[in-house]
Amino acid sequence: MPDHITPYDTALHRDESAVSGMWLFLASEILLFGGLFLIVLVYSHTHAAGWNAGVRHTSLMIGSINTVVLLSSSAVFTLAVEAARTGDRRRIIHAGLGAAGLGMVFLMLKSWEWHLEFEEHLFPGTNFSISGPNDGGAQLFYSFYFISTALHGLHMLVGIGLILWICDRTRRQTGREISTIPVDIVGLYWSFVDLVWIVLFPVLYLIGRN
Amino acid sequence: MALTADRERSYLWQDGTVRSWLLTTDHKRIALLYMASITVFFILGGIGAALIRMQLVMPTGAILSDETYGRMFTMHGIVMVWLFLVPSIPVTLGNFLVPLMLGARDLAFPRLNLISWYLFVMAGLLVVYGLFRGGLETGWTFYTPLSTDYTQGRVLPVVAGVFLSGFSSIATGLNFIISIHQLRASGMTWYRLPLMLWALYATSVIFVLATPVLSITLVLLAFEHFFRVGVFDPTLGGDPLLFQHLFWFYSHPAVYIMILPGMGVVSEVVSTFCHKQVFGYRFVAWSSISIAAIGFLVWGHHMFVAGTSLYAAVVFSMLSFLVSVPSAIKVFNWLGTMHGGAIRLDAPMLYAMGFIGLFTVGGLTGLFLASLASDVHLTQTYFVVAHFHYIMVGGMVSAYFAGLHYWWPKITGRMYPEMWGRTAAALLFFGFNLTFFPQFLLGYEGMPRRYATYPAQFQVLNVLSSAGASILALAYILPLIYFAWSLLRGARATDNPWQATGLEWRTSSPPPTENFVHPPVVTHDAYDYAALDQANIAARQEVPHA
Amino acid sequence: MSWLPEASAHATRIDILLAGLLLISLAVLGLVFGLMTINIIRFRVGSRVPLSHEAVVHKSWRFEIGWTSATLVIFFLLFLWAARLYVVGFQPPSGAIQIYVTGKQWMWKVQYPGGQREINMLHVPMGRAVQLLLTSEDVIHDFSIPVLRIKHDVLPGRYQSIWFVATRSGQFRFYCTQFCGIGHSRMTGTLVVLNSTDYADWLDHTPASGSLATTGEMLFIRNGCSGCHVSGRYASDARDTSRAPSMVGLYGSMVPGPDGRPIRVDSAFLHDAILHGGPARSQQGNYSTEMPSFRGVLGEDDLAALVAYLQTLSPSASSGMGVDAVTPREGN
Repeated sequence: MPDHITPYDTALHRDESAVSGMWLFLASEILLFGGLFLIVLVYSHTHAAGWNAGVRHTSLMIGSINTVVLLSSSAVFTLAVEAARTGDRRRIIHAGLGAAGLGMVFLMLKSWEWHLEFEEHLFPGTNFSISGPNDGGAQLFYSFYFISTALHGLHMLVGIGLILWICDRTRRQTGREISTIPVDIVGLYWSFVDLVWIVLFPVLYLIGRN
Repeated sequence: MALTADRERSYLWQDGTVRSWLLTTDHKRIALLYMASITVFFILGGIGAALIRMQLVMPTGAILSDETYGRMFTMHGIVMVWLFLVPSIPVTLGNFLVPLMLGARDLAFPRLNLISWYLFVMAGLLVVYGLFRGGLETGWTFYTPLSTDYTQGRVLPVVAGVFLSGFSSIATGLNFIISIHQLRASGMTWYRLPLMLWALYATSVIFVLATPVLSITLVLLAFEHFFRVGVFDPTLGGDPLLFQHLFWFYSHPAVYIMILPGMGVVSEVVSTFCHKQVFGYRFVAWSSISIAAIGFLVWGHHMFVAGTSLYAAVVFSMLSFLVSVPSAIKVFNWLGTMHGGAIRLDAPMLYAMGFIGLFTVGGLTGLFLASLASDVHLTQTYFVVAHFHYIMVGGMVSAYFAGLHYWWPKITGRMYPEMWGRTAAALLFFGFNLTFFPQFLLGYEGMPRRYATYPAQFQVLNVLSSAGASILALAYILPLIYFAWSLLRGARATDNPWQATGLEWRTSSPPPTENFVHPPVVTHDAYDYAALDQANIAARQEVPHA
Repeated sequence: MSWLPEASAHATRIDILLAGLLLISLAVLGLVFGLMTINIIRFRVGSRVPLSHEAVVHKSWRFEIGWTSATLVIFFLLFLWAARLYVVGFQPPSGAIQIYVTGKQWMWKVQYPGGQREINMLHVPMGRAVQLLLTSEDVIHDFSIPVLRIKHDVLPGRYQSIWFVATRSGQFRFYCTQFCGIGHSRMTGTLVVLNSTDYADWLDHTPASGSLATTGEMLFIRNGCSGCHVSGRYASDARDTSRAPSMVGLYGSMVPGPDGRPIRVDSAFLHDAILHGGPARSQQGNYSTEMPSFRGVLGEDDLAALVAYLQTLSPSASSGMGVDAVTPREGN
């Protein structure tokens, strides 16, 4: 493009800007999930019984496995960040594929869990299976459950896409020196997705279980 | 010769293919793409307003059915808020000026900037599709459960459109913040930044931190509408007020998104046309930041009669008074700037004066609504409608026009016809007051908002208001015509036609694609007219020898 | 076009507040436009005043602090004035006539304690405190009476309260002021303020289907509430509260809230408790049965009747809502 002009004089300047841009974007993301967690704050208090009834119906087993899987995925990706610093292309690709693979495992387990929940009629609506005086609160919980896990899942998909993009560009750019910045930025994002789950997990599976 | 050479190099003419415009990452071209888009939406929203005012000439409703009327004011609100007012100054003037004022070649993320325009266009198309194929009658506030369980309207496309426009805003805000942090020219310290940039910085903070809350709220709303069950559903014991809290957590700061850039423009224009440093620069700069900060804490004042607790109402009322203090500071400082200046009353200055007057009325009537007991009487009546139109239309649109006239020579390289500009500014002020002042009285008398028909006792004031609206329409159409004329026939503009100090006036009009032929170095404070005058004198003395 | 009348002492107070705000606004506007005009005349290009460039830093600070603190003080006083008048709305006097108003797309249903019902009409006596208990059957509405300068949103599934003492007889309009769908502008009605004899007369000549409390008593039995809750009249086992709390003396008493702090049982509390299957779930362990939710079983009309009935079981309690009941305000 004739009019594509870079606003930067040096690559370092560009990289710094990109990293700070990512941090700012994550701040924005925090507010996105923050709005969602307001729901928890309010309803787990005002509809405690129904909310807790909902929590008791989630699958603690799958949730726990998924937490381990996702934490490992983040840990594996830090290897890619390390490898980018030392310039080891193969390790970036391997670690990236590992992290993305674990991410896929998470998503598959999650969709299995969703499948089970649909079977049990835990999706809010007329066929909702938790009946009794507290079904309102339980339905509120499950509305939150499905929205929050869907939104988190969407972020996972984007993250996996980004990691695969990193692997692909590392594979193709054989000639030049590796730029660590894209790997760092994707790492930031992937850790954020991880962090969201760390907050979601106790809210969806633990608090109010007994 | 020099002129044609400049012309060749300018961003406007260097490769004029459609493709190069649609794939451009040049912030100046993106600004023009945005300008064209928001003009279309402004006209669309304006048509909605015109139909509303026509309907209300008769107490029984002159032209529309109740249902069409509901769709019209919903369309007017949604289009004007999200597709015109929120983007308006930031994406057009802001996009054009941020790099120029910083002395940079482009924004920090040029491609993100282009993406944000495409997102905006898609958002606009979705909203327009939803509003015209089926329509929506919930008002722009989408209050649940009306919007989730009790409407036949096209909630999903409209909500999806607003959701997308939010992403476009976030991208713009991100771009501005990082640019202002990273791309300041050498010597451009924070306290040398033009006040326009302080205002845009504050606006961008709101873009980045408030918009995601709107996004998640809309996701929750869409879920509830689509599955007929969700977190605000009162039949499950859900709380519809929670929606209002989330909605206003974005939408009140959004009011400051709409007004802060206007304040930035007015600071620039007043200083230039008084040929004098802005009075209390640091106070004006920090008042922008404090408006943005306190603006996050006052959303509850939209809910004084909604059923929130007494304590919440008292706290929100107090904070609402507090947030108006920095705005008052700005007004006083603009007046202080005028004192002792050399005032020229060109069209941009007339618009800026109009802004100060109308914004002051809007701000003062805001006090009536921040006061708890009087808010109970006035809220949800035409008083509120008049109040926020004084801020949004009287304030923001005046400022947008002030900025358009002021930077028009820089953007296009042409002058607009001055007499017509002044005429339009005067018409705007007069037409605006005639339209919206009667609505304060209507509100006091108790006429509710969003009524398609009304008791006959309100007719006189409504007819006055509608008459004013027709003058206002003329004041909007005039600039459209003479700006178009000026593009073809306007006199060529010099690089610095207003004798202003900003970096944007140090490059040619229109600027070259790379903005500055030599990267500028900043050696003076913003608005240092003494230095500018000295340089001018020096240049004049050199001419004979050349 | 006639000026909006004031039909209560509260309305007069609001008008005085508005007048105060208006005066301050006019003063500020006068200042702004005055300074603008003077500046433009004195300092226009071509006027004789010499142009000065010298910085006015020290002077500027003095001005800035001056006008910032002046604005702050004036604003704070306004805030206090308006907040004091607002608080009154949360403090209905004891002994107010309680009228139930239910919003529905697109009409207002009004139920009186004596069992009278009307639609889009509200009759009240002059000079007596009237409390409106507002709720909605569908979307959010808002009940607004401009001549009394009061309004309140009307939410589905809960009670909101406003109260007033009308001091002027006549017919006045009330409106729905929260957009509630395409029939919004038709959702208006007439407030009729009658002097006390006319009001008594009107009550007598309006057909009533039994008093609201009587209807409530029937509902209490028919819906099985009396199976668990002691209400005193049917019970030989009047002290048996093993299954559920007794309703005798409940209204107006203090019970532990969801967070353990005591809250007062008022109309809104009872309404919510019936809909949600009992109050404060955490406190339920003591009873052998669990209360079902009556959402969808009982309509708002029924709930109004039940709440009215439960109130009669606490004859000594004041009929306030929310904030601790206070002594009636003078003259309001």
